[in-house]
Amino acid sequence: MSFIECIDLTHIYNAGMENQQLAVDRVNMKINEGEFVAVLGTNGSGKSTLAKHFNGLLLPSSGKCLVDGMDTTDEAHTYDIRRQIGMVFQNPDNQIIAAIVEDDIGFGPENIGLDPHEIRRNVTAALRAVNMEEFRHFSPHHLSGGQKQRVAIAGALAMNTRCLVLDEPTAMLDPRGRHEVMETVSRLNRERGITIVYITHFMEEAALADRIFVMDQKHMVAAGTPREIFRDIGTMKKRGLAVPMAAELAYRLQQRGVKLSESIINREDLVRALCQ
Amino acid sequence: MSIELKHVSHTYMPKTPFERLALDDISLLVPEGKITAIAGHTGSGKSTLIQHFNGLLKPDKGSILVDGVDIGTKTAEARAARRKVGIVFQYPEYQLFEETIAKDIGFGPGNMGCNEEEIAERVRFAMEFVDLDCETYAHRSPFQLSGGQKRRAAIAGILALKPKYLVLDEPTAGLDPRGRQALMERFCRLHREAGTTIVLISHNMDNIANYADNVIILNRGRVTLEAPPAEAFSRSELISEAGLELPEVKVIMDDLARHGLDIQQDAFTMDQAVQEIMAALRRQNRC
Amino acid sequence: MLTDITLGQYFPGTSPLHSMDARVKIVLLFIYIVAIFLFDNHINYGIMTAGAVGVVLLSRLPLGMVLKSIKPLWWIILFSFGIHLFSTPGEPIFKLWMLSMTWEGVVKGFFIGLRLVLMIMVSSMLMFTTSPLKLTDGLESLMSPLKKIGFPAHELAMMMTIAMRFIPTLLEETDKIIKAQQSRGSDIGEGNFLQRAKGMIPVLVPLFISAFRRADELAVAMEARCYQGGEDRTRMKQQRLHDVDFWAGGIFALFIISLVAVQLTLN
Repeated sequence: MSFIECIDLTHIYNAGMENQQLAVDRVNMKINEGEFVAVLGTNGSGKSTLAKHFNGLLLPSSGKCLVDGMDTTDEAHTYDIRRQIGMVFQNPDNQIIAAIVEDDIGFGPENIGLDPHEIRRNVTAALRAVNMEEFRHFSPHHLSGGQKQRVAIAGALAMNTRCLVLDEPTAMLDPRGRHEVMETVSRLNRERGITIVYITHFMEEAALADRIFVMDQKHMVAAGTPREIFRDIGTMKKRGLAVPMAAELAYRLQQRGVKLSESIINREDLVRALCQ
Repeated sequence: MSIELKHVSHTYMPKTPFERLALDDISLLVPEGKITAIAGHTGSGKSTLIQHFNGLLKPDKGSILVDGVDIGTKTAEARAARRKVGIVFQYPEYQLFEETIAKDIGFGPGNMGCNEEEIAERVRFAMEFVDLDCETYAHRSPFQLSGGQKRRAAIAGILALKPKYLVLDEPTAGLDPRGRQALMERFCRLHREAGTTIVLISHNMDNIANYADNVIILNRGRVTLEAPPAEAFSRSELISEAGLELPEVKVIMDDLARHGLDIQQDAFTMDQAVQEIMAALRRQNRC
Repeated sequence: MLTDITLGQYFPGTSPLHSMDARVKIVLLFIYIVAIFLFDNHINYGIMTAGAVGVVLLSRLPLGMVLKSIKPLWWIILFSFGIHLFSTPGEPIFKLWMLSMTWEGVVKGFFIGLRLVLMIMVSSMLMFTTSPLKLTDGLESLMSPLKKIGFPAHELAMMMTIAMRFIPTLLEETDKIIKAQQSRGSDIGEGNFLQRAKGMIPVLVPLFISAFRRADELAVAMEARCYQGGEDRTRMKQQRLHDVDFWAGGIFALFIISLVAVQLTLN
């Protein structure tokens, strides 16, 4: 059984009203536990709307979203699902609730009614997991963007989350911040087996995932490993996306007659192909 | 002619526990007719710096000259000089406020004292430049636009001022790859066709590699490097010290060279890289 | 710059004042403010001033910081001083048309000013030494008996927490928007009243829109973190009274007793 499964999931905003708007159209997808998947798509392609279904923030207009076998429309499971699936959003400022780091991380566990000692233990463990122990008593206002996003991740971990859904978490960060977030996310996936759903506009980040889903015009149009997805540069560009620099370089060299293996998506591949 | 900063220092909240020296004795030159990139991580002083370019912030020490005029004085000449500099701040779409897009774009020219006709002309020019069809959009509310369109409408609001120096603070942040490229190409066109001097504030080194004539690296409120891209990117230690990364293409090329590909010329854009690799392969008789 | 405002800012520290329970601090502050209005003889003003200075010293915060907190309210203090100067009957110092300034007025104005200064000083000490979260927790638990009559204590406390968390963010945002509009040639804060009011529109509209956007995103983020109101919620930081609170209570009781004693003796 897959951990997250969408069956013909459709979402229409303001359904039945004059300004109704189709945002996600009959999406089918499966994400396994422990997987690291990336979701690509242009602005307005429907990826954020889709992501908000994974923990029941939005409910499908038709179709289904199952998390660990539980239907997100079943109110009895709402908080169980939200506890298992943590979300991190794009703007780090608009998801931190408290004026002190540790209080913010404790917010989730407090909501689900954990006992104070357990909350403390979870908060400490979560801070350690994102390497932010020394910032425990800081005000979020004095943290960098990357640090704020790590606080947001810790806020989810403190609820013993099994899956992190990150919606363009690095869009507002500088290279250092992006690196911090990426490193934290892949380490959590590797070492703790936390399932990662990573929405991004940065192809180099997506290349690190196990699998990539591509959305275009409200539809899920492709799914596959990074090698499979980035092989087809033409289609990716047509969809308003791109491929990692190394893949594009390889493609341009091939066009000029250099013989290279088709599936070059990162620097290491390219070096191996060209320097032998 | 140029924007020139001479020994500019700026301290936030002086004489409090939060006192912070944001700019520390900065001297730099933004030459007219070029694209100058200013790079630095968040908190390096970039935002503080650009706010000095049109007098939004006043330096504690030092002076700013726009086309040779000190903009710190109260003369009409200084005011005119300040107006030569247009700044597009980060996420400019959050500054939209008027009922219609045309009114919003016309806000700046109106403040400058342009007459109705001139305002209309400038609005048309600016909308055309950011690829918003005047007929379709002029009388719509800016808040009905999509995110990318809002960004462009807000940028048009600055272009309508017809600045001689256009300062862009992370203009492509948050956009998808298509949006990023399209926007950068529009700025290049403006640079080519109207001769506008562009100051690109960014931490995206790939962008800088593709477009800039000149790179200024800022770290902890100091200029640590001011050089053409080729030279700037050869100082990898300074770049990583400043919390930045080399352009991906440059990293790839360095890796290839390290692993034995006979690369003789530095390359940091895609076109250069393709040429260099082809040349290297030919030298090594591999194609 | 707008972010220069320090009122409502928390300065982390380890002083006895910092480690006191927020509820105790709030209650003592409340009593102190009542006392300021009840006791109006000069000796008691002396004692209360000494108390306020003692509290400031105890907080180990730089004195300049504390004085700066009074700055925004300086005009109100001067204004009320001026009113009393001219409106108190008594022996006139000089006459200005219908108004006469009196010695009694000077004295009364001075003490009214002192009252305000003391009030602001001591209240800002509460703000400076208590983290916003502790403060709201304290208020929530002090108000929680009112929940029984339907008073939304939890919701109010949550609102305050969020407000405090977002004050610096929104101040920064306001600053940004002002600068952005100034870059478009807008003269904010210049001209007559009408022009000024009109000049605020380009700032207020984006600011409200942005505040609503933030509120919306924050609500989604809170929901994603299982927020479901005050029911069944636990707290990580339990509020317990410590030695320092009992000491503070004791010392404060002595302080009040001496005020009462002085007042009774003088009457």
